[in-house]
Amino acid sequence: MTFRAGERVRVAARTHEGHHRTPGYVKGKSGRVERVHGRFRNPETRAYGADGLPERVLYQVCFAQQELWLEARRGAGDTTLVDIFEHWLEAE
Amino acid sequence: MERAVHDRGVWPTDMPIDRSEHELADWELLTDALVSALSSEGLMNVDELRRGIESMPPDEYERASYYERWLFSAETILVEKGVLAPGELDARLT
Amino acid sequence: MSEHDHDHSHDPITADGEPPAAARARALEELLVEKAVVQREDVRRNIDRLVSRSPADGARLVARAWVDTEFKERLLADARAAAQELDLDSGPSPVVVAVENTETVHHMVVCTLCSCYPRALLGPPPDWYKSLPYRSRAVSDPHGVLAEFGLELDEDVELRVLDSTADVRYIVLPRKPEGTEELSEQELAALVTRDSMIGVAQPVAPATA
Repeated sequence: MTFRAGERVRVAARTHEGHHRTPGYVKGKSGRVERVHGRFRNPETRAYGADGLPERVLYQVCFAQQELWLEARRGAGDTTLVDIFEHWLEAE
Repeated sequence: MERAVHDRGVWPTDMPIDRSEHELADWELLTDALVSALSSEGLMNVDELRRGIESMPPDEYERASYYERWLFSAETILVEKGVLAPGELDARLT
Repeated sequence: MSEHDHDHSHDPITADGEPPAAARARALEELLVEKAVVQREDVRRNIDRLVSRSPADGARLVARAWVDTEFKERLLADARAAAQELDLDSGPSPVVVAVENTETVHHMVVCTLCSCYPRALLGPPPDWYKSLPYRSRAVSDPHGVLAEFGLELDEDVELRVLDSTADVRYIVLPRKPEGTEELSEQELAALVTRDSMIGVAQPVAPATA
């Protein structure tokens, strides 16, 4: 599955024992694909000495700060953009 | 959800941000340069560096300075790969 | 959670004012050189490269973008290629993205998981960027953090916080200050601070004499 800019996505809420680059504060949260950065080696296997192949698509996902925490202090339009690999994203 | 110690986003804190500047000390530059050299030699990539840092005991992680974490990770990965024997670096220091 | 929310060592300082890690780093170099795992010359060269990079490199990109709209478009489309035009090497990260601050959008950059930073264009990151409170609060309280840095955004400005969690490095293209129309590209570059390219500050015009 490949997402396009503008599509709604949700970050998987799963735990992951080993090294991974999905911050806890966006797990389970929904956002919108802002950019498609391209394909990169997978840090989850590369961190243990493997070659990180196959490459995974990396996306920049845009979250409304109000979606991340209810008490966003101000600025209803404020956003947080996080780079997330495809296998952490689900279509919404 | 259980949070790993390095996953700092939104970690509750009311600590102010210390904005004092500091020039990197010689040993900090050396540590950085060693890690780059190990990476050029194919012995340690950036993901391994990060994984090694994340394997620090949480209280040590929080106490350590930035390059102390790098040093911990380099030693961890090098022992794992058999480049260093366990305790070899300690032995050199005594 | 922990009380230890600061980023300096508690290890005892030795007589020469260095933490134990200093001796450890030197011993590690010695061992790796003896084992011929790394060459001392490579290590020296890496140190030279590290200290040769500074925010002045990124500032050249920003100043060029301020005076040359077509360059700015190329910078926003592909910062690595644009940096090459100015003979700047943007480092090992495969993708470098420049984001533009405007009257309606303000970007600031953090790396919550470690300390990812466009080192090749800005030099080594400042301590505060690597500190635990910045990594935590830049996402949970970005306006509060900006206030600590002395930056207050207008109500109608959208604040976009970029968390560089993966392979991409971000550099902020700050707004050109008012009243700098007469300045040369070089003079403009001198106004561009490191912090403004991280997005926690705004360049200011020089005070008129």
